[in-house]
Amino acid sequence: MYDLIIIGGGPAGLAAAVKAKECGLKKVMICERSTELGGILNQCIHNGFGLTYFKEELTGPEYASRFIDMLKETDVEVRTDTMVLDISPEKEVHMVSPAMGYRVEKAKAVILAMGCRERSRGALSIPGTRPAGVYTAGAAQKYVNIDGYLPGRRVVILGSGDIGLIMARRLTLEGCKVLACVELNEYSSGLNRNIVQCLNDYDIPLLLSHTVTNISGDRRVERVTVSEVDNKTKQPIPGTEQYFDCDTLLLSVGLIPENELSRDAGINLDPRTKGPYVYDNMETSLPGVFACGNVLHVHDLVDFVTQEAQRAAAAAAEYVKKGQPERGEVLDVKTAGGVTYTVPQQICPADLEGDTKVSFRVNRVFGKSRIVVSSGDRELFTQKKPFMMPGEMQNVMLPADILKAAEDSITVEARED
Amino acid sequence: MNKNYDVVIIGCGTSGAAIAYTLSKYDLRVAVLEKENDVAMGTTRANSGILHAGYDPEPGTLMAKLNVRGVEIARELADKLGYMYKPVGSLVLAFSGHDVKTIKTLKARGDANGVKGCRILTKEEVQQMEPMVSENVVAALYAPSAICSPWELCLCMAETAVLNGTDLLLETEVVDISREKDGDWKVVAARNLDPLTQADAKDRKSTELLEFSARFVINAAGLYADKVHDMAAPHSFDIIPSRGEYYLLDKAEGFRARHTIFQCPDENGKGVLVSPTVHGNLIVGPNSEKSRPDDYSTTSEGQAYVKKASAKSVPSVDFRNNIRNFAGIRAKSDRADFIIEEAKGAENFIDVAGICSPGLSSAPAIGEYVAELLAGKGLALKQKPGEMKYYRKPAHFKDLSADEKNALIAKDPSYGRVVCRCESITEGEMRDTFGSPIPPRSVDAIKRRTMAGQGRCQGGFCGPQVVKILAENLGLTEDRILQNAAGSWMVIRKEDR
Repeated sequence: MYDLIIIGGGPAGLAAAVKAKECGLKKVMICERSTELGGILNQCIHNGFGLTYFKEELTGPEYASRFIDMLKETDVEVRTDTMVLDISPEKEVHMVSPAMGYRVEKAKAVILAMGCRERSRGALSIPGTRPAGVYTAGAAQKYVNIDGYLPGRRVVILGSGDIGLIMARRLTLEGCKVLACVELNEYSSGLNRNIVQCLNDYDIPLLLSHTVTNISGDRRVERVTVSEVDNKTKQPIPGTEQYFDCDTLLLSVGLIPENELSRDAGINLDPRTKGPYVYDNMETSLPGVFACGNVLHVHDLVDFVTQEAQRAAAAAAEYVKKGQPERGEVLDVKTAGGVTYTVPQQICPADLEGDTKVSFRVNRVFGKSRIVVSSGDRELFTQKKPFMMPGEMQNVMLPADILKAAEDSITVEARED
Repeated sequence: MNKNYDVVIIGCGTSGAAIAYTLSKYDLRVAVLEKENDVAMGTTRANSGILHAGYDPEPGTLMAKLNVRGVEIARELADKLGYMYKPVGSLVLAFSGHDVKTIKTLKARGDANGVKGCRILTKEEVQQMEPMVSENVVAALYAPSAICSPWELCLCMAETAVLNGTDLLLETEVVDISREKDGDWKVVAARNLDPLTQADAKDRKSTELLEFSARFVINAAGLYADKVHDMAAPHSFDIIPSRGEYYLLDKAEGFRARHTIFQCPDENGKGVLVSPTVHGNLIVGPNSEKSRPDDYSTTSEGQAYVKKASAKSVPSVDFRNNIRNFAGIRAKSDRADFIIEEAKGAENFIDVAGICSPGLSSAPAIGEYVAELLAGKGLALKQKPGEMKYYRKPAHFKDLSADEKNALIAKDPSYGRVVCRCESITEGEMRDTFGSPIPPRSVDAIKRRTMAGQGRCQGGFCGPQVVKILAENLGLTEDRILQNAAGSWMVIRKEDR
């Protein structure tokens, strides 16, 4: 019997493992399906990681190695090349690996840290032929940075998510021609610094309010059609077609938390985040099962993943030591005015000490504005924000006393001044 | 390789594979010439995957006869060859008095065709059997149909044929057919010399010519059957390709349909269906539009039509869970029935053409029917000595018991490495395919053999790893690996940019 099994050895799982040991758990296992710990950070060889958490600028592998080094100082059992196939409600974890075969291991607590996957062409139903050369930006990143190959020579990127932006620069540096980055919305879904450093610095046009409306080429991509879209309906405007002769289309059109294991285990999922509903201690609807990182909701910065994982691990340690906490009154966290979701979705104020972090995203670009947290018609908390955009995750720290003063639910709202 | 054959079959889609499979029981020299780099690359690769019960074709037609017999054999083959087959049954929904008349006609046709088990259901029965169906339904025809993976059915018949001595030549496109002095047929084919590029069969630099002589030639060239026919005989039919577009949805949508749900057929065919797939996904489609024989593109209009039409049957399908759009092309002809006959003016040249719906359902019987035709023309069908060998692909790792899994991993640790996360396909299963009678030559060929990459991430995670496994097993570098057909290269070397 393990105290804790952590599923996923990316940034969330690594931080959770280290923190679980700090909190005094004894038998801890971390399962990683790849042969290396580090998750997607291993292929993110660009810098910009760690500014918040380490106060210095690191590459993805450097950021991961900090935690891998910390993990080496502990007795956490690391199982790489190990795929978890199933989690039962009794917290039996079914796993398989070449080295150990098929095993069922039981744990007092489980942390879900499986991360997310990229939306593919099917999610967008892009019409046209089905040639080779349509890749998700992450798959292309793996080809270039890990395997040492290029996905093609002339590239169009659909979507301005961060991986797409990073790949625009990466491929340009590798000698490919990146013809354009095409974004459906009138704003980019990536970080502003990436627009500047990955597109503007290399004169790669960013076509806002545009989308790819056709792919042609019988065997390999030969051309994509790009059309302007109506900002209200998001439908292409006839007559605005531009044609790009290219051999590659990269998709950077969003990430989806990977929750098939969670769903099969009967854990309640939030349709907005596509991750589990969690309480303020990151516990899911299944007692003793916690979630953190991109499996819970898609983050913009890995630093926040680390912090969230530490919060989940500390709570999992509490759970192992003391059993299921008395929840007392449960506050639902509701959203209004452009806030698309919150994590956590429920807060138990009874035992809270200090501040509770609530993360969320907004559905449009906000200028000077305020985040208002209210309960019923009482405003409990406000915080000014100079600027908010959908690509950036927002966080507010809610003091315990205001949460204890709330009744039934609180509402998180964005108000533009 | 022996270039003199009793029978040369042109095309290895489901029809060609079924004929090869049937003939491989007999003491014959048979070759199958396929222009693509795998079997099941034309009409077979993209269709609804339905084994129809047989109520649809007009009584007395070849379609009616072969459909009913075909699904009977298909059921037996599921046991023998282990391809995925699920007898889910089908419903033809009626929404009006006119529709009720139609389903009654279909029922009567089914009875006349000898289909057992068709029955008319009341609204309440339909809703009980199929809870997500539109409440506008007034009645339905139930029929005992089944679903399968069409490329798997084709593949397992072709694999068994090869295992029993049939020569399968891939990337070998027939360019000329003529009569030799001794009365045999001479078939000339161009073999693609560079799989990385799509060969032009007329270009002698990128191809080499191969000659085959055969007593009988079977034209199972699907979408190109009219062209191949015209090489040997006076023009007598046209293939009229008809494209149909589909949505394939994530398994999370699989619960929307328990049966294959049809609407009443009209002049455009069987209309838009909503059906579970054997893999647990939901398939929605097709529309029907005239097209070129090589235009597998989807269109925003076609997609919109399919979405809208399907809502009439199952309004709740959540298309945000779509994982793939694709189009298939039906090889319809200008005749109403299948064309399975000796071509006029070309003795011993047998057309198997215009095999549109219910072609998949009929295919196993087409094999039998063609064998009888050949016997009638004097080809001696003598059983091969010894038992017929059946190629059965290994079971999916994920379907094995814990003990079976561990036994496999103990033998070969690569069975413990899950490469395709969405479908839980292991490296061991992928490696196995290289030892099969028709080894894969592309990423999609691995998908057709193992399901790797057909899940919700559509190869986003496993694609690069599958490329590696192919490169290793084919002894090639990654830049020589294809997504699917010739010319569908995946990556280039950095120095080649």
